[in-house]
Formats: sequence, structure tokens, C-alpha cells
Amino acid sequence: MKFLDFILESIKIIFFKGSKAYYLWIGALLLLIIWGAFGYMNQLQGGLIVTHMRDPVSWAFYIGNFTFLVGVAAAAVMLVIPAYIYDWKPIKEIVIFGEILAVCAVIMCIGFIMVDIGNPLRFWHMLPFVGTMNFPSSILVWDSFALTFYFIINFIVATYLLYCLFTNKKYNKKLVLTLVFVSIPAAIAIHTVTAFLFNALPARPFWNSALLAPRFLASAFCSGPAILLVLFQILRKITKFEISNEAIWKIAELMVYAMFIYMFFTLAELFKEYYSGTQHLIYWEYLYSGIGKNNAIVSYGWSSIAMGFIAFLLFLIPRTRKNFITLNIGAVLIYSSVYIEKGITLIIPGFTPDVLGQIYVYSPSITEIQTAVMIFSLGALLFTFMVKIAIAIIFEGYRSRNVNRLVESLT
Amino acid sequence: MKVNNHISSGTIFILLAFLLIVSVSCRNRRQTKELPKEKRAHVAAMNVNDISVPPLPFSDGIFPCTDCHAHQTPSPIKRVLNWHEDIDTIFSHDKENRWCLDCHSLASRDSLKLASGKLIPFRESFKLCGQCHGDKYRDWKVGVHGKRTGEWNGKREYLLCVHCHNPHSPKFKSLKPEAPPHLLGDIEKDQEIQTQKPRQDARQK
Amino acid sequence: MQDKNNSRRTFLKNLSTTALSTILLSGCSSQAVEEFFQRNFRELSKSDVDRIINKLEDKYFLKYGKKFHVSAEPAMDETEFAYGLDLSRCIGCRRCVHACVKENNQSREPQIHWIQVLQMDKEKGIDFSHSNVHYNPELVPEEGHFYLPVSCQHCRNPQCIAVCPAKATWQEPDGIVVVDYNWCIGCRYCMAACPYGARHFNWAEPTIPVEEINTETHYLGNRPRPKGVVEKCTFCVQRVRKGKYPACVEICPVGSRKFGNLLDPDSEIRYILENKRVLVLKEELNTEPRFYYFYGV
Repeated sequence: MKFLDFILESIKIIFFKGSKAYYLWIGALLLLIIWGAFGYMNQLQGGLIVTHMRDPVSWAFYIGNFTFLVGVAAAAVMLVIPAYIYDWKPIKEIVIFGEILAVCAVIMCIGFIMVDIGNPLRFWHMLPFVGTMNFPSSILVWDSFALTFYFIINFIVATYLLYCLFTNKKYNKKLVLTLVFVSIPAAIAIHTVTAFLFNALPARPFWNSALLAPRFLASAFCSGPAILLVLFQILRKITKFEISNEAIWKIAELMVYAMFIYMFFTLAELFKEYYSGTQHLIYWEYLYSGIGKNNAIVSYGWSSIAMGFIAFLLFLIPRTRKNFITLNIGAVLIYSSVYIEKGITLIIPGFTPDVLGQIYVYSPSITEIQTAVMIFSLGALLFTFMVKIAIAIIFEGYRSRNVNRLVESLT
Repeated sequence: MKVNNHISSGTIFILLAFLLIVSVSCRNRRQTKELPKEKRAHVAAMNVNDISVPPLPFSDGIFPCTDCHAHQTPSPIKRVLNWHEDIDTIFSHDKENRWCLDCHSLASRDSLKLASGKLIPFRESFKLCGQCHGDKYRDWKVGVHGKRTGEWNGKREYLLCVHCHNPHSPKFKSLKPEAPPHLLGDIEKDQEIQTQKPRQDARQK
Repeated sequence: MQDKNNSRRTFLKNLSTTALSTILLSGCSSQAVEEFFQRNFRELSKSDVDRIINKLEDKYFLKYGKKFHVSAEPAMDETEFAYGLDLSRCIGCRRCVHACVKENNQSREPQIHWIQVLQMDKEKGIDFSHSNVHYNPELVPEEGHFYLPVSCQHCRNPQCIAVCPAKATWQEPDGIVVVDYNWCIGCRYCMAACPYGARHFNWAEPTIPVEEINTETHYLGNRPRPKGVVEKCTFCVQRVRKGKYPACVEICPVGSRKFGNLLDPDSEIRYILENKRVLVLKEELNTEPRFYYFYGV
């Protein structure tokens, strides 16, 4: 009964308690979702041929976005570690918002997978018991386990904490702490398993490097917290959320370490390939200098590096780190850098040239962009709703009817 | 309580890791056993005198040779013939050292002759070719040289050397290749595919 | 109290399952429903397979107007296939490519070719990064080049099977790697995993001209495929399990393709392995292909 009350109150908060700006934002997102949905309908009817994926480049934009969002989901929860170690005051809020972001990111991940497979209705074929799951051999199955597990944990903790606040109950500290502590290795696990998805393929030398999984984690840590960084500043302005400047600067400082490690890993990869100069260099050549006339993604490769390096400097130098304008520019830069890196410069060179040495130049089609916009907008919508509920409960004192009645009767 | 939890979760983790390692390292190794003699295709033991071949690739009306040659005086002198120009113009089978009567029998026009002088029918011409081209002959007998049709576990169909190689000009002629695969990324072509639904089916014949 | 909770729980579970199924399936015909719930081919009983095959043949008749024969012939006993390709002979004429297309009902638009013939430089040797699949001169073979056809290698250690999340692809006892087209979810992980580019995806509904359609099919082989599934060379499973050679072997005008049973010491393929200089592609990947390239001369 109380839970039903929670759900109904949440629905009320989402739909009826917003400001003008909020409704404009929701409206814009809905428009984008509808526009995107037309593209997806196109794809359902005609098949995946409406994308620009073909046999040589059989994974592209959708899987790139999926990989990026797994990183976001992982990094969202990673902030819990420094919050705990450095004893930040708003650690509970950090945990909740981080987990809400993680939940939305995982939903978007699943969304991208569903739009990418040729027969979405057949996804049950890979489930255990009802289908014929290829466990433990297929890394895809491990990934689905890891993501599902991570989603469940985060969803439970976030919902549970908000629910307890809502009903003025004391939350079970042992349960929450255990789940939160489990969610941290789970966060590392999901991104590692996603990296192993690519790493497992000896047919693709571009991905068959031992450094792939560490690079994934480093890039996740240097980009994921960027969203929360910006979100916390917004929350600080519009709600009673309190987080000290020092904490924000600390997040930026930790991101610098991650960025440095990430750049070092990339340098290590580049050295190995360019110095050894084997045929495997050809994938990196396609990325950074093009092969013959095929140089479609060279600009992406270099802009990703440039943006990442500038963001690194902005975060490294204390003056620019502590200036909120340059800090936020840096956050946007590093986020874009990692988005390009995961979305384009990870996937495409893995397939170009293909295993038989042929080159197919890929660029996303309108339909792919539409579908991606649909999923991102859905995720953003979900995120907005959940954050709105969280803000309402945490900062604006929304409580269940029983609690309100109790409070009224006492005063 | 806490220690037990850790031990059990640790055990589960180790078991899972073990499962993963085992799954990627173990592969289905098939045991190779040989077929018993009665089930083998008996290729190597094939009696070359018993193979059946498709019709010989004679030009129309050219066989039997005795139709014309019975009425002519045979001459063993190496010369340019005043008939069979179609063969003469293309003849390139070791032209410097060979001519017609090295393979064709002067005495018995409807046969070929081996180096030993032994006469063989045209349908056994592989014995003649095999005299010089022993490695090809050896491979051909087991089916590794030349086109293979028929049944892989039973009756195989053989072609004579001359079914593929013109004995007078044996070098394989170049062929016109069949169509290459479409260039991918032809966006307009793909859009054409999209708008052509529904597909060809019985109703649209 | 516990019992009451349990019965309430069971009731709610049953109710929700029924409701969900009704909502999901209310718009579907009973045949569509049955197709949706069809299990992995390896789990089907013989009567299930017969029933499914009958339905398939009816469906194909409706679609193409021709009587189809879909076989579910299992692997022959004591058979392990292997393939030989004579690199010294292939002239790159692509007759194998198109014979395969016709025999195996491959889609013409969008175009699927199970065999890719690569033109390579004699100077560079087997070097994929300098190869060309789109060569189209007047006559082949071209001076200074040799030709390497690549199709599914039916590896003994197949990467594709290891990564398929739904076990929609597996290796049959006679060595042929097959796909259950009614089970494949189209995730294309196997395509990323194959080192030989042998797997192809139906990006759209396949088109086959009715007059060229081959009605002698096998469930796991050349029956017309739906969109959204992966397909590849099956060593012409519909032919070889009846003792015939694959279509590519039969059409090759220069006799560079050889096929046989590894367990038969008298087969061509055993002769090749024992007497010729044999190589496999990308051997460092440990895929252990059954497709052997050799030099006949």
C-alpha cells in the first residue's frame, strides 16, 4: 500500500509539479523521441539495411553508443569511492544521483542493443532456461548478466533509499551498504566485460590488445563523472543540494589522474603499433592518417585526442580547474572526446580494413541518428523524471500521506 | 557470519572463473578414425581401364579418321599439312620438338600411339599424356588434378585430359570473369532496394 | 499467513503472465504464435521437425509458387568433411561464386556472396591488405596476380560458435558449421568474430528471382532465409549429405576445388593432405580450418 502511494506520488511529481522550463524540456524531449521513433519504424519495416552497416562493418553507431553508455553507467557509481574515502558530506545524494544515472544509462544500453539486433523479438533465445544461453562461452551472455545485475542493484538501492525517505522510515544500513559496496566492483565488472566483448576476438587485431580493458576503464573514469560534475552544479543552484567547491574540485582532480592514465595507455598502444610496424598498424593508420583516399574518420581521431588533451590541461592546472567556466568547458570537452572515442574511433577502425583487407567507408545514416536520438531522449526523459522525484523527496520534503497526516496531527 | 559469507561468495567467484577458463580452453576434439576398407571410395585402386568418360570432344565429323585416311597414302615426313589447318594454326604443344605423328599413329589412324609403339584408343588418351606429364597423371587418377564431379563417396565422374586441354594447344585459355560483387556504400542503390517492396514473389510473375 | 502469501503470490504471477501473453499475442495468428515459440533446432523432436518442415514448404509455396523440398538430413556416419583449393590453378573466374549463389538461394538484392575471390599480387604473396575483391578485367588470370577464394572454413575451433549468445550456430558431427535461421537473433557477434569474413547478414528481406530458385533445400542450408539472420557457406549440406559434391566443386572449370571425407584414406582430400604442400589461412589464430589451400603443381 505504502509502495503504491510512493508510485502514485512519484507520478504526480513528474507530471503535475513542474515549472515552465521543466515542461518545455519534457516537451522538447518528447518531440525528439517522436522524430526518432519514425526512424526506428523505418528500420523495423525495412530491416537494418536502412542503416549504413554492411557485412564489412557489421557493428557501428549503435554498438558504439552502447559501449559509451556502459562507461557512463560504470563511472556514475565510481564517485562513491572518493565520496566515501574523502568523507564528503552529501555522500548519500551522490550515491542516489549516481545510481539514477547508472540506471538510465543501463536502460539506454539495453535500448541500443535491442535496436541493433536483427530480430529483437527473439532476444529470449539467449535467456537461460527458456532459451539456449551460451554460457560460459559467449561474452555477450556474461555482459547481459553483468548489466542486469548492475541495473537491479542500482535500481533497488536508489528506489529503496528514496522510498525510506518518502515514508520517513530508517533504511536498513547493512543492506544498503552491502549493495553499494557490491555495486562498485559491479561497475568495474560491467565495463571490463564490455571491453572483453571486443577483446575476445582474435579476428580483430585492433581490439585484441591486452590494454583494451584498462583503456575502457580509464576512459570511463575520466568522462563519466563529468556528467555528475555538471549535474551537481545545476542541483546546487536550483535546489537545497549542498556540495562544497572542494568536493567538485576533488572530482575534477581525480578525473585528471584518470585522464593521465588514459593518455598513457593510448601512448603505449601507439608506440607498440607504430614502432613494431606490423600489418596490424593498418587499423591505426586508417584512424589517424587514412589509407589512400579513405580518410573519413581521421578528423574524428585527432579531434578526440585534441579535446581530451585540452580537457586534461584545463583540469590539471589549478587555476583553470577552480574556475567554473573553464571547468565546465573541460567537462564538455572530455565528455565529447570520450564519446567520439568510444562511438567512432573504437568501433570503426576495428572493422576497417575488414578481415579480408577490403575497405568499406562507414558513416551513420539518418535512420541510425534518428534511432539514437530516440534512445538518448528516452534516457534523458527517464533521467529527468527520476531526478525530479529524487529532488522532490530529498530537497523539497515530499512525504507520503501518512507521514504528512502524522506531522499535521502533531503540530 | 561475515567470514562465512566471504568464503561462500569467494568460492562462487572462483568456481565461475574456473568455468570461464575451462570453457574457453576446452574445445571439441574429434577422434580421427579411419573408414573400414569396404566403405572407402576406392579411388587409388581404380582400374584406369574401367573408367567411364563423357563423349570425346571431337570436332563434328572428324572421327573416325579412317573415313578419309583409308584412301590416302601415309607419309611419315614432318611437314606442314594441307588439311587440318585449324590444328596447324594453333599447334603449340612443344612445337619445336613435336609434331602430329609423335602422338597419332601412322598405321592405325583411329588410334593414338605410346612411345613404346603400343596403340591405344582415343578414350584412353590419358595414358599418352601421362607419359610426359606423369605428376599430373598421378594426381588425375586420384581426382586431384582436373574437375571433379559425381559422388564423393561413390561413383566419381572423370573427364579425359582432352576434355579440358586442347591437346594441340593445351595451355588454358583465359576466361572472362563473372560479375564482381557490388561496391558497398552505394546509398542510392540501397534506397532503391527499400522502395521496391513487396519483393518478387509468385503473385508478381 | 505464509500459505496465504504464497497462494496470493502464485495467483498474481499467473495472472500477470496470462495478461502479458494475451496482450503480446493477441494480435498474432496461431501459426505466428507457434513460430515465435519454436525452439532451437537441436532441441526439436523428429515429429516437431517434420511438422515445421511441412509448414515451411507450404510457406515457400505460397511465396514463390514452387513446390519446395526442405530436408533435415542428419550428418552421415563416419564422415568428416574437408575442402581443398588449388592455388596454382584458380584463375579467378568467379564461376564458383555465382554457382553458389544459384544453388544456395542467396539474395540478389541486397547482394550476398558466400564466396569472396581475392585477387592478390604474386610479388606480395598472401597479403590481405593488398588484395582486391572487386577486380573486373576483360580476361582472367591477370599477369602477376593469383586468386584466393575465401568462404567459410568450417574451422575445428570456430570462433563464431564460441561467441554466439543463443547457440544459434554450431558444428555438426560431419564438421559443417551451420546456423538455425529460425533461432538466430541477428546480433552479428559471430560476424565480428569470424577471421575470414565468411558470415553474411540479411540486412533486408532477401530477393531471389523465382525462375532461378533452387527448390531442393536443407533446413540448415540453402532454404530461403528471412531478413535479420546470419548465413554462410554450408558446404552445400543439401548436396553433400546425399553424396554429391558442393556446387562450387562441380562448376570450377579448372578443377581447383576438391572435397571429400577426411576419414576415407582414399579420398582426394586425404591425398592432398598427404602429398601436397598445404597451407591454411591465418593459422596463428588457431582456428584449425577444414579448408586447405595447396599447390597442385
